[in-house]
Amino acid sequence: MVKKIGKNVYLALILIFLYAPIATLVVLSFNASKSRAKWGGFTFEWYAKMFANEDIMSALVNTLVIAFVSALVATVVGTMACIAMNRMKKLPRTILMGITNIPMLNADIVTGISLMLLFIALKFSLGFVSVLFAHITFNLPYVVLSVMPKIRQTNKNTYEAALDLGASHFYAFRKVIFPDIFPGILSGFLMAFTMSLDDFVITHFTKGPGVDTLSTKIYTEVRKGIKPEMYALSTLLFMSVLILLIIVNRRSAGKKDISPETSK
Amino acid sequence: MKKITALLLLLVVATGVFGGCGKKADLYIYNWGEYMDKDVLKIFEEETGLKVKYDEFDTNETMYPKVATGAVKYDVVCPSDYMIQRMREEDLLAEIDFNNIPNIQYIGEQYLQSSREFDPENKYSVPYCWGTVGILYNKTMVDEPIDSWSVLFDEKYQDNILMQKSVRDAYCVALKYLGYSLNSTNDAELDAATKLLKDQKASGVVQAYVVDEVRDKMIGDSAAIGVIYSGEAIYTKRENPNLEYVVPKEGSNVWIDSWVIPKNAEHKENAEKFINFLCRPDIALKNFEYITYSTPNTEAQKLIEDEDIRNSKVAFPDPEVLERCETFKYLGEEYDAKYNSLWKEVLGE
Repeated sequence: MVKKIGKNVYLALILIFLYAPIATLVVLSFNASKSRAKWGGFTFEWYAKMFANEDIMSALVNTLVIAFVSALVATVVGTMACIAMNRMKKLPRTILMGITNIPMLNADIVTGISLMLLFIALKFSLGFVSVLFAHITFNLPYVVLSVMPKIRQTNKNTYEAALDLGASHFYAFRKVIFPDIFPGILSGFLMAFTMSLDDFVITHFTKGPGVDTLSTKIYTEVRKGIKPEMYALSTLLFMSVLILLIIVNRRSAGKKDISPETSK
Repeated sequence: MKKITALLLLLVVATGVFGGCGKKADLYIYNWGEYMDKDVLKIFEEETGLKVKYDEFDTNETMYPKVATGAVKYDVVCPSDYMIQRMREEDLLAEIDFNNIPNIQYIGEQYLQSSREFDPENKYSVPYCWGTVGILYNKTMVDEPIDSWSVLFDEKYQDNILMQKSVRDAYCVALKYLGYSLNSTNDAELDAATKLLKDQKASGVVQAYVVDEVRDKMIGDSAAIGVIYSGEAIYTKRENPNLEYVVPKEGSNVWIDSWVIPKNAEHKENAEKFINFLCRPDIALKNFEYITYSTPNTEAQKLIEDEDIRNSKVAFPDPEVLERCETFKYLGEEYDAKYNSLWKEVLGE
């Protein structure tokens, strides 16, 4: 009994630590007072203001487009790199893996400044495209990291069997290898997407005038105090992720429920 | 798969077009976040027909590398005092042609005087916003008139004082209380200040070292006394009428954010047009109402409608107050490091 209570208390504590900050944010987004210390009544004012604010909306669009495109490109390029690396001899493969891992271990600020200096040296003007390139660059290692183990698990013989049976290389890849490594590709894509969504430092150094993502926009507000519109925006983002997760979980749970019944 | 490849290519091309077609502007502005009424930019574009690109930074330190490396060639930037001094010394700034800025006449002489501490001949900068550092206290929680830094070291206020967490602001308090310059590079003076700050921490009066939480904590009555910037003081007083702001008699820090033109600017004339525009009283007033930090534009000050704010001693202190305040100076790498290591000792990190 005591053990059970202990377990539940422990679980509750962890949930509080994880979700109390988010709950605070959600509550504050409905606070009519601008101060975090005072409750000025319930309001939707910040939500209305947020949608009316062109700066915030364009930052939101930039953030989502950059995250989506950079994750997609990084996933395709990263997956192709993994397929090639899988066919290499052990030594070059290890060296190459090491090289792709470096950007991940490197401090963001180093990556950011060196990318900025590279763009300057190439006379590439800083703007939306330079941010996109930078994001693709730092997303690549995450894709490689999650796709590589899946590829190592695939059975070379099934692929060769497909070729023997007359499949073209591409057809065999699509029908034999791709379904096997798909979970890895998907998690690589999602990881790259979140990394890009989160990034501030690298974006800051590679962005040009007039291009803002949510993170750079929020940082510039720090001196004068974060505006409540940002609480509203964060609340909406959190809610959409939550709803997405619930739908995904229910669907996969639904499938599991069905399978034993059909086997009856 | 072909479809995916095609889609991907399309996306890349589309974004390339999107990013590439970012038309060249006639004026590139780099300013603090939330530091200008966006309508002001629209009015400027309408009046002059120039196209403006506006960008924001969060600290002087993140602005510096972008301007210094020439990553983006901004035409007009708004750094703080010590950063202007540093950029001037590193030859990053262009001299402003004041023939193009007749509206400089509306900027109060006392602010140009203070500017000379970092721009000795008033050649490189035009003041935009300014303020002081002082003590914010809750009238219901103290029972004596407050006019000195000494209250921050009074053991009466156990666990009731909020100190600024930034090194220069903390040392400003200690050095000024001891009667020294807040730009001191005298080791004995620094040691005395460090001892004072350490004793203050050991005596238990400091509730927390804060950054911007000081606003909310003071509004929420959770501390009696806090070190704060005058710009925030106006806002906190409006939210909690029990709060009062004072610049201590020993003197304090006055900060000034000014417009400068980097040497690598490509549209210097437009930049001067823009600075002149910002000095116009009606525009300065619009910005003051949006930012709420004190404006150095004396004409704009007279136009403020709200009498309480127009005559506010917090926003516009008497000239004597300004006279006993100093601006921060860039102390060079050696003393920068020295301040930081002493401050770490104080915080016990």
